[in-house]
Amino acid sequence: MTLDIIIKVITNFMTADLITATPIILTALGLVYMERSGVVNIGVEGTMLIGAFIASFASWKLNNVWLGLLIAGIVCSLVGLIFAFLVVTIKADQIVIGIAINILGLGVTTTLNRSLFGMNTSYSEIPSLEKISIPILSKIPILGEVLFNQIGLVYLAIILVPVSYYILQKTNLGLKIRAVGEHPRAADTSGINIFKIRYITIILGSFLAGLGGGFLSTGVLSFFSEDMVAGRGFMAIAAVIFGKYSPWGVLGAALLFGFGDALQIRIQASGSNIPHQFLMMLPYLLTIAALSGFVGKSNPPAASAEPYNKENREK
Amino acid sequence: MDEARGIKDNLKIIVPILAVLLSLGVGAVVIKLIGVNPLVAYKVMYQGSLANINAIAETLVKATPLILTGLSYAIAYKAGLVNIGAAGQLYMGGFAAAAAGIYTNGLPFIIHLPIAIIAGFLGGGVWGLIVGWLKVKYGANEIITTVMLNYVAMSWVSYLVTGPMKAPPGNFPQSKNVAETAQLPIIISGTRLHLGLIISLLALVFYFFFLWKMKKGYEIRVSGQNIHAAKYAGMDPKKSILLVMFIAGGMGGLAGATEILGIQERLLQGFSPGYGFDGIAVALVGMLRPIGIFFGAVLFGILRSGGSMMQMLARVPVSIVNIIQGLVIIFVIAGQAIRFNKISEIKNKFLNIKDQIMGGERQ
Repeated sequence: MTLDIIIKVITNFMTADLITATPIILTALGLVYMERSGVVNIGVEGTMLIGAFIASFASWKLNNVWLGLLIAGIVCSLVGLIFAFLVVTIKADQIVIGIAINILGLGVTTTLNRSLFGMNTSYSEIPSLEKISIPILSKIPILGEVLFNQIGLVYLAIILVPVSYYILQKTNLGLKIRAVGEHPRAADTSGINIFKIRYITIILGSFLAGLGGGFLSTGVLSFFSEDMVAGRGFMAIAAVIFGKYSPWGVLGAALLFGFGDALQIRIQASGSNIPHQFLMMLPYLLTIAALSGFVGKSNPPAASAEPYNKENREK
Repeated sequence: MDEARGIKDNLKIIVPILAVLLSLGVGAVVIKLIGVNPLVAYKVMYQGSLANINAIAETLVKATPLILTGLSYAIAYKAGLVNIGAAGQLYMGGFAAAAAGIYTNGLPFIIHLPIAIIAGFLGGGVWGLIVGWLKVKYGANEIITTVMLNYVAMSWVSYLVTGPMKAPPGNFPQSKNVAETAQLPIIISGTRLHLGLIISLLALVFYFFFLWKMKKGYEIRVSGQNIHAAKYAGMDPKKSILLVMFIAGGMGGLAGATEILGIQERLLQGFSPGYGFDGIAVALVGMLRPIGIFFGAVLFGILRSGGSMMQMLARVPVSIVNIIQGLVIIFVIAGQAIRFNKISEIKNKFLNIKDQIMGGERQ
């Protein structure tokens, strides 16, 4: 094997990894905002699925993928608004409402898909995101191809990592978010509107989950299929825990989980004898291994999953 | 005192009933949006689930695994664990029961059937135990591990029926038939209703006795509500977690076993139309009580059996059931939260008044 081929294989592989990691990066970043403000939203799985459906459908109707993705994000923000109303205002159990959002997302997208397009799962040719190559930088060997000749949303996902870090660590809003997640009572006393902060993080986080889901049906693939998110929302949650609730950690974790997916696709494409079902298990097993083995202590914010009660003086 | 409690319980029951009615109402709106007359759709649903003995039997056929997956969620929940893994446990239980039913031969019915059922329980139980072990030993969050293991289990069964367990003739991804001595007998002739219903009812009775009448069950409920209190009282929460996840998994496994041994009679891909997640709604709408879970399972059995009919005759996708389910959970949980908030609001008001009377020493 010549060096050329080796470089090509590595490049292809890393490019694929970045693409499969992007939905997880976007969703996990959204989760970081929510988690940091003390909200656990396991409904991102269903939110992503809604995002995937809307992005695909709207892109097809409007013949514009970016517009489709934007609409997917907005629709998912509305899902987030409902979630926020239920868990922040009504103070319903965050985990159980999350489960309900997942079941609802599956039901709504499957029902819409079947009643709009009949029982055949996909429809003809929808537009998908194209690669945007950045002049000069894309000519760097390997890295140039991997990092600077990518689908547009991949750039956005990567840029959002330092941006999110900056917002959370260096801005006033970030300080408020972290205060609400760690010491809600102290935050309340110092005049921070806890409900408002949590509404903001949930709506913003759900928007990102919508983009993440939308990328599945317009970037990774170019069609919608039932239950296509297939656990990636939960992988994003795992990425947040594994990444210790920080944007950079999340990036690393998402790349690792994306790696499982990319590897699986690669091995299948290479025509190996391993039954494809075992390859399909790979990303899931990798996620379990990451959560169990190599995490060390990963502490969620102190007020994680606790609804805030202004008057309640027992806590 | 008992009378007051009775009234409080009655109020509690109103929440799930209202939630179900509200969800069916929203479901009707969705059906209307699809372009079907909701009254026609619900009438078809009634015909498919309750109108005659066959339809009722079909509803109970669906309720059988739902009771068990509902128990899988409920038992774990009582111990403070969120088990979203009934789907995977169901597939592993189905696999183990099918293997026991296919590969052991020459046993009399009275021995073979119990072996296959126990195999199903163990298959799911081990799958649940893995989750418990990962949590106790490595602190891995059970919400994520259960979901991940669902996908692993589905891939595993898919591998088996396209590979080692595939029946040679034809190209269908399915195993050969389970021996007749391992099949669950029909209990109402002319219908598909099988002995699995009795098994699931026994499981409900077990749930009641285990959690409310036995010391271990009491310990589990205590550690579910307050792990520190449990530790302080000398209980071992780690052991409780392992035991609970084994039993919860076993219940999910039984769901798979009854479905394979009573209905499918062979192992195949995707044999569950979503019983795993249905179980969550069943448990929550039943407020985690034994009788509640039974009625919850019958309710979602109606939706499942009527839903299939609705898809065939009224062209409403059966996935509408998921929408109704999601809504039921939201309304039940939101309703409970509102009720709970009202109570604590009143309590806080009372505390404030007390403060004022006592001279505000708590300010």
